[in-house]
Amino acid sequence: MAESARRATGLPEDVRSAIAELRKHYPTEEALLLPALHFAQKHWGGWLPEEAILAVAQELQLPAARVYGVVTFYDLFHQNPVGRHRVRVCTNLSCALRGGNEILEAVQGRLGVRENEVSGDGKCSVVEFECLGACEQAPMMMVDDEYHGRLTPERARRIVEELD
Amino acid sequence: MSYEPVLLRRSAGAAPGAPPVGIGAYRDDGGYEGLAKALTMAPAEIIEEVKASGLRGRGGAGFPAGVKWSFIPKESDKPKYLVCNADESEPGTFKDRLLIETDPHQLLEGCAICCYAVGAPVCYIYIRGEYVRQAEILESAIREAYQAGVLGESVLGKGFKLDMRVHRGAGAYICGEETGMLESLEGRRGQPRVKPPFPAIIGAFGAPTVINNVETLCNVPHIIQRGADWFAGIGTDERNTGPKLYCISGHVEKPGVYEFPIGASLDTLLEAAGGMLAGRALKAFIPGGASAALLPADKSHLPMDFDNLAKAGSMLGSAAVVVMDETTCLVRSVYRLAKFFAHESCGQCTPCREGTNWSQLVLGRIEKGHGRPGDAELLVRMTANMSGTALCALADACVGPVRSLAQNFRPEIEEHINSGRCPLPYRRVFEETA
Repeated sequence: MAESARRATGLPEDVRSAIAELRKHYPTEEALLLPALHFAQKHWGGWLPEEAILAVAQELQLPAARVYGVVTFYDLFHQNPVGRHRVRVCTNLSCALRGGNEILEAVQGRLGVRENEVSGDGKCSVVEFECLGACEQAPMMMVDDEYHGRLTPERARRIVEELD
Repeated sequence: MSYEPVLLRRSAGAAPGAPPVGIGAYRDDGGYEGLAKALTMAPAEIIEEVKASGLRGRGGAGFPAGVKWSFIPKESDKPKYLVCNADESEPGTFKDRLLIETDPHQLLEGCAICCYAVGAPVCYIYIRGEYVRQAEILESAIREAYQAGVLGESVLGKGFKLDMRVHRGAGAYICGEETGMLESLEGRRGQPRVKPPFPAIIGAFGAPTVINNVETLCNVPHIIQRGADWFAGIGTDERNTGPKLYCISGHVEKPGVYEFPIGASLDTLLEAAGGMLAGRALKAFIPGGASAALLPADKSHLPMDFDNLAKAGSMLGSAAVVVMDETTCLVRSVYRLAKFFAHESCGQCTPCREGTNWSQLVLGRIEKGHGRPGDAELLVRMTANMSGTALCALADACVGPVRSLAQNFRPEIEEHINSGRCPLPYRRVFEETA
C-alpha cells in the first residue's frame, strides 16, 4: 500500500514514520509488530495502554487479538503502568550465588515496593528478572536500558536513590 | 601458556566499557580480508572450507555449521535469509554480548561471508530485547559498514548485494530456539514450529534460512582467512575443533569470558579465573548453561568439548560454566533453574508446560523442608516423561539439571526430606549495612 493511501491511525506521527522507515526491509507487515510495539511503548511512557495496542493493530492491519497475544507473550511489553524508571534485578543462578536475592530485597525495601508495584511517587517499578546475560558482573540489575554490576545492597540502594 | 586468542584477539586487553573496535582499526588488523577472499571463491568452495574446518554451532546444539549451510537449496524462487541468533538467554551465558560489545565487525564479516556462501541477500541479527546498548553498537557498526561499501548494493565492489538489519526481541528465552526465533521475527508469539520442515527449506517468511549463533559466525572470517586445516588443528580431536569462549561465573574469584582451544577443563578455567572464591572447595559445576546436567567436583579435569561432556552425561551447550562451592545447596540451585524453565516454557506442549512447573513445585517443597519420601524417584519419573516429548528442546533443557540432581546428588535430596529442612540454609553473602 502506498504511504499516501494509509489512513490515519491512533499512532503519533514519529512512531508512524519510524515504522514506515522499516517497512522496506521486511517482506510482511506482521514482521513490523515487535519493532512497532517497542516504538509505541516508548511513546506511551514504558507501557502499552489499550489505545496503544489498538493503534498498532490498526497501523499494521492486524486483528487486535493477535497484537494482544504478542504483548502478553513477551516480558518486556507491559499492559499496566510502570514507574518512570524500571528496575530489573536478576536472581537467576549465577546472580543468586553472589547475593542477587539480597539485592532485590535491598532495592524493594528502599523503595517500599513489592514485585510489579510502582513506588508511591511514580518513580520506580521493580521486578525480579531472569538472566540478563551479564553473569561476570553478578550480582547485577538493569535500570531502564543500563546494566549495573558488581552490586552490594548498599550500592544498589544508592543507585535507585539517585534516580530522578 | 602459548595459545593466542583468535576471537578475542582485538579485545582481550581492552578495559571494561571501552568503545568497540571501529571499522578503521578492524581493517588495519586484517579485518574484512576474509570477506574479500571469500568473494573471490565460489560459494560451494566456502561451504566446503567451513565443513572441513569442523566448526560446530556455538549456540548449544553443536550442529556442524558447514553442513547446515549445505542444506540450503541452490535453486530457490524465494529469497534466502541468514538469521544470526544473538538472543543469548541461557542462564550463565554472556560471551555473545562480549563479542558484540567489543568487536562487532568480526560478527558482521562472518554474517556477510555466510550470506555470500548460501546466496542470501538479507541478514537479520535477532538480538534479545534486553541488549539495548548492544543493539545500538551493532546498528552503528552496520552504518559504518554501509558507508565503507562493505554492505549494501555491492559488497566490497564485487557486485554481491546484502542488506543487514538488527531485529530486537522483547524478552523470551524460547526465542533463542531457532523456529521460535523465526516466529518472533515474523511478528508472532515465539512458539517453536513443528520440524520438519527445517528452516533450511522453510524458514523465515517461508523461505530457505540459515540460523547461526553469534560466536559460530565470528569464527568464519578466521576460517576463510587462515584455512580449514589451521582451524581443525585447534582443539581435542577432529570432531571438536577451533577456539572456544568459556563463560565462567558463580563462586570464582574472576568471573568472565576466557578463550581456549575447545576442550579446556574446569581446572584450566579455574586457574585462569583466579581460583575458587575465597579459596573454598568446589562442590559441583554446570559446564554448559542452565540446560546442562550438573557435574560433581571430581569431573573438573574433564576436557569440556562436545563429545567428552556428552559422554559424561552432560553437554557443552553454550559453554556457560557455573561454579558452586561447598556452601551451596544444590536443591536450591536446581529449584531456581526449574523456576526459570517453568517461566520460560511457551506453553504449547503439555509435557513441557506441566513438567517444568511440577519440577519447580516438587523441588520447591523439598527445599522448604516439606519433601516426601520418594520425591527423588518422582523427579526421575517426571523427567522421563518430559524428555523427547515436545516440539523443541526446552523440556529437555529442564530435564538436564533436574535429573542430574535426582540421580547424582540424591543424598542431598534425602537429607532435606529426612530432616525436614535444608541442611545448607542460605548464607547471606553481604553483611547488612542498613
